[in-house]
Amino acid sequence: MTDRDDRVESDGGAARGADPDGADADAGRESGGSRFSPADRVAAVPPSGIREFFEVAEGREDVVSLGVGEPDFTAPWAARSAAVDSLERGRTSYTANRGTADLRRAVADRVARYDQSYDPDTEILVTTGASEAVDLAFRAFVNPGDTVALPTPTYVSYEPGVRFAGGEPLAVHTRHEDDWALTPAALREAGADEADVLVLCYPNNPTGATMDADEMDAVAGFCREHDLLVVADEIYAALTYEGDHESVATRPGMRERTVVINGFSKAYAMTGLRLGYAMGPESAVDAMTKVHQYTMLSAPTTAQRAAVAALERCDDEVARMRREYDRRRRYLVSRLREVGLEVSEPGGAFYAFPRVADVAPDGDDRAFATELLEAEGVAAVPGTAFGAGGEGHLRLSYATAMDDLKEAMRRLERFLS
Amino acid sequence: MDEATRGLIDALVADARESTADLARQTGLDEAAVEEKLSELEAAGALRGYTAVVDWDALGEEHVKAVVEVNVELDRETDYDDVARRIGESPAVDSLRLMSGDYDFAVHVSGDSMGDVSRFVSEQVAPLPAVTRTVTHYVMETYKERGVDFTDRDDDDRLSVTP
Repeated sequence: MTDRDDRVESDGGAARGADPDGADADAGRESGGSRFSPADRVAAVPPSGIREFFEVAEGREDVVSLGVGEPDFTAPWAARSAAVDSLERGRTSYTANRGTADLRRAVADRVARYDQSYDPDTEILVTTGASEAVDLAFRAFVNPGDTVALPTPTYVSYEPGVRFAGGEPLAVHTRHEDDWALTPAALREAGADEADVLVLCYPNNPTGATMDADEMDAVAGFCREHDLLVVADEIYAALTYEGDHESVATRPGMRERTVVINGFSKAYAMTGLRLGYAMGPESAVDAMTKVHQYTMLSAPTTAQRAAVAALERCDDEVARMRREYDRRRRYLVSRLREVGLEVSEPGGAFYAFPRVADVAPDGDDRAFATELLEAEGVAAVPGTAFGAGGEGHLRLSYATAMDDLKEAMRRLERFLS
Repeated sequence: MDEATRGLIDALVADARESTADLARQTGLDEAAVEEKLSELEAAGALRGYTAVVDWDALGEEHVKAVVEVNVELDRETDYDDVARRIGESPAVDSLRLMSGDYDFAVHVSGDSMGDVSRFVSEQVAPLPAVTRTVTHYVMETYKERGVDFTDRDDDDRLSVTP
């Protein structure tokens, strides 16, 4: 590690030092003083679609933000205390590449509630956030030119992740009319029968959509029929309000072709502790572990200790947070309908995804979000930030205190009238 | 308990001033059903009251709170309920609980001055025949009361827009 750091440092020094008075150096200064230009696959990925909203929202005092994609709770005390304890005991070394054995065992016990069964020794990998697990899955299973089917709208990281891995993203449009559920018809229409990998994210960010058992059976059937691998990002599984969480991996013939990803950020309000996990057949987890061991080495040790405490001692807190989200969810959906916006019932996560196409200037969700922020100080994320399928919609997060939610809805109502 | 009832109670505990309309929105019940449910819970003695959480310091008002530990000795004619009834009669008593451990009753008392509280203890608690001992602890600072944080921490350090 030290060697590599040094090399980067000295290369940078050499670049700055080269021909200080020459034309090259001037050109370098004009373009920001750097001789770096991003690799093609990095340059090909557009910058984040929410950056500008973030900057405006951060710059204003009176903003009520429904734009936040993380819990407004603090991690349960038992988890924080385990983290502190771990530091006090001086546990500051790496762990095993796959994560500590007791955390993997605790994860295996936990996911049994979703009828998922994985061997903690060979089929579970602890990662630095579920985000790392998603990246590992793409790098481990996507060959250059492979097609990865991505339902849209969906979480913003999948498409860049696929491109960084050299794959070709294929958008599969889900629709408000279907309550944003993924259907075999939508998959066929997009040509996903020819794809190599399908990414599922249910409960979904940004729509809050969940898949019921029949819908998941149908998607599983499509994957078996067309021999697709599946990356199932189930980070919001614990925040399912209507019915039980349905995992594609528990469908017949799906376990062997599915990597399930989950983590601690959403259910346990531990976003900043950066801890997630991937589960799948041994060969899949081996491949992901190979990439992980050469890049991340191991997930943060402190966070792993916290996660064990979270799994063993924080069920009550998770239940309390879930009930609170559920009340806000019902409130938000009711109010959105009262002010005349169409919104499909979000069964999970902490987002509602109302349609604003009919009230937005030229049906443009981005213009609507900009005006809403400027006129009323309400921050929300335009649907197109989540892909073309989000067009004409707005993501509203109810990981927001009830008082703020009420204030935001008052302002939105005024804005619409 | 069904989910809607639990949601209703959670909502009221968080904010007892919620309007019927907002309670309906949060629970998925309609307004009439909310009213009916509330009446049922009140009639069953499950919802005992709705009251304000006041930070008297913020009002600049003199207001003294104390926790009084009370030990009692019961006899054939007197049980805990009898003693509780007598102590609980006083408007100075905010809460009254029978405890396990070193003493019997924990009495939360408030008054306009330390004198008020002292008089309550010496005139209305200590003279009761069953009472053998009282220990009065005056409250020096309140940080949280009935779930409401008094410290006004604004600790939302999340970025305002994230994916």
